[in-house]
Amino acid sequence: MRRGPALQSELLRSIKNNSEIKLKARGAWTADNARELDEIAQDITGMRSAEIDATGITALDTFGARTLDRLVCSSIKPRNVALLGLPQRYVDLFNLVSQAAADDPHEPTESGRRLSAGISLLKQKIARMGIGFMDFLAMLGEIGNAAFRVSLNPQSFRLTSAVNQLDRVGWQAIPIILLITFLIGCIIAQQGFFHFRKFGADEYVVDMVGILILREIGVLIVAIMVAGRSGSAYTAELGSMKMREEIDALRTMGLDPVEILVLPRVVALIIALPMLDFLGSMAALYGSGLTAWLYGHMSPEIFIARLKDAISITHFKVGIIKAPFMALAIGAVACAEGFAVKGSAESLGRQTTSSVVKSIFFVIVLDGLFAIFFASIGM
Amino acid sequence: MEQSTNPVIRVRDLVVGFDDVIVLDHVSLDLFRGEILGLVGGSGSGKSVLLRTIIGLLQKKAGLIEILGNDIDRMSYEEKRRIERRCGVLFQHGALFSSLTVLENVQFPMREYLSISQDFMDDVALAKLDMVGLNAGDAAKYPSELSGGMTKRAALARALALDPDIVFLDEPTSGLDPISASDFDVLIRTLQQTLGLTVFMVTHDLTSLANICDRIAALANGRIVASGALETMKASADPWVQRYFSGRNGRRVPSIDASQHE
Repeated sequence: MRRGPALQSELLRSIKNNSEIKLKARGAWTADNARELDEIAQDITGMRSAEIDATGITALDTFGARTLDRLVCSSIKPRNVALLGLPQRYVDLFNLVSQAAADDPHEPTESGRRLSAGISLLKQKIARMGIGFMDFLAMLGEIGNAAFRVSLNPQSFRLTSAVNQLDRVGWQAIPIILLITFLIGCIIAQQGFFHFRKFGADEYVVDMVGILILREIGVLIVAIMVAGRSGSAYTAELGSMKMREEIDALRTMGLDPVEILVLPRVVALIIALPMLDFLGSMAALYGSGLTAWLYGHMSPEIFIARLKDAISITHFKVGIIKAPFMALAIGAVACAEGFAVKGSAESLGRQTTSSVVKSIFFVIVLDGLFAIFFASIGM
Repeated sequence: MEQSTNPVIRVRDLVVGFDDVIVLDHVSLDLFRGEILGLVGGSGSGKSVLLRTIIGLLQKKAGLIEILGNDIDRMSYEEKRRIERRCGVLFQHGALFSSLTVLENVQFPMREYLSISQDFMDDVALAKLDMVGLNAGDAAKYPSELSGGMTKRAALARALALDPDIVFLDEPTSGLDPISASDFDVLIRTLQQTLGLTVFMVTHDLTSLANICDRIAALANGRIVASGALETMKASADPWVQRYFSGRNGRRVPSIDASQHE
């Protein structure tokens, strides 16, 4: 019998009687003393034969009953550990609990299983990523389908809803977008001046700032902001509707949730993002101009003159053309993730996170693809 | 008897499953016009799955479902819309649209399918709310401000918004105290008689079964193991059905009495 240091505890005393071990249990074998009970059960294993005198137990709950059961069942030969004198009022509980253990034995996990569990977890994650991508494509398809149906019957388009979403996604986002793009413009310009100064290439900062902002930064920063701000809102809204079975209710009324909920949101995004992109780019250029004046000692007249030379309408077009596609990606991902929410709050959180991460990922991938595209057509 | 022999819903050899697990294994069921059918089964036996498959929220693997004489596999988009208009669904937790008031919730199906003036919609919606026991003050509340019983009533009013022929109820009395549950039963029976509804009710509630169901069907192990009036069910040879209707200690199902509720 393995004996641990904590055997002589308040709850369990051992009395050696010839060659037989007698254990005396006393006190409250309840949840309050759970830690001690745990130690007792862990320390005493493999008894050959023993008697447990339970007459001293003053209180017993499931924790105590389980511990007693583990002691009884821990003997090397079954039934060699006897439980005596358990007060009558606890006998029912003890029987119930030992019956439960007999029906459904608890197997503690072995460390050998953790490796295979880890691998199967990895497999599941990869499968989920694949399914997630399929969901996204399916949502794109449904949006296209709904758009087609609505184009045949323009009256059925939820204009009020779309305008409401446009207000939330576009108009209300303007202050934060302007602020962030302004700051980004300042930062880029400042870094440009700081480093280009070494080569005496101050004036080229303007070129860099103009082209970078109009072609890339304006759209990318705005798209990421919108994904975080509105994409997560869409996922959370649709997800909690899904949790409350509101989506099912719509379907049973013969209505298409994609047409009613998703289409207005996506349309609002597609309209809003180019506008926000434009405003953001202007704010960034303004920020760079301000920085150029205050930090780079370049007067506004020179800044604007150089800017006019450096940028052309092509750069502007390149940036703006990307915007609706990014908007579609953000909208489709956000709504697909929203519909994928299961019943729990944890699931809602997980899908919202996944929605923002995925849409930013798609936005950047799209940006890369467009870069290749525009480079190949020489724009 | 006036009851036509053509069932309003016919289900034949329905097989529904997810991945490799078969939940419904060749289920056959009929729902006749004008009756209240109660579907019982253990938790996880597939009652909700059956309900959701019939109303079109889940895909079936095999089998036939006919609603009002139309095979759901062969319906065109227009026919489907028409059938859906004639069905109303009460979800277990109400599923009211959380951003709309109770009145707007009830008017939602009306707005979709009918072109009538706001005035008329308000009029009819308030009448429906009154029929289910809610007043004009409740009509202006949002779903988050309602008690459990009120939510169910509002959801019932919405299910009845377009005066459907068939109403599906998913555990309508779950979560209600015995008095509210009894009242709800009476409400369903009254409306069923006044509006000439056919009701398909998934339920656990023995008292509802005793008080208002004309026929009962029991679902166990993915199959319908018994169906018929309450007496037939009590006399059934199936062990699960016997146990369900006679209780753990041989307690009988309460006798038919609308004022009694467990």
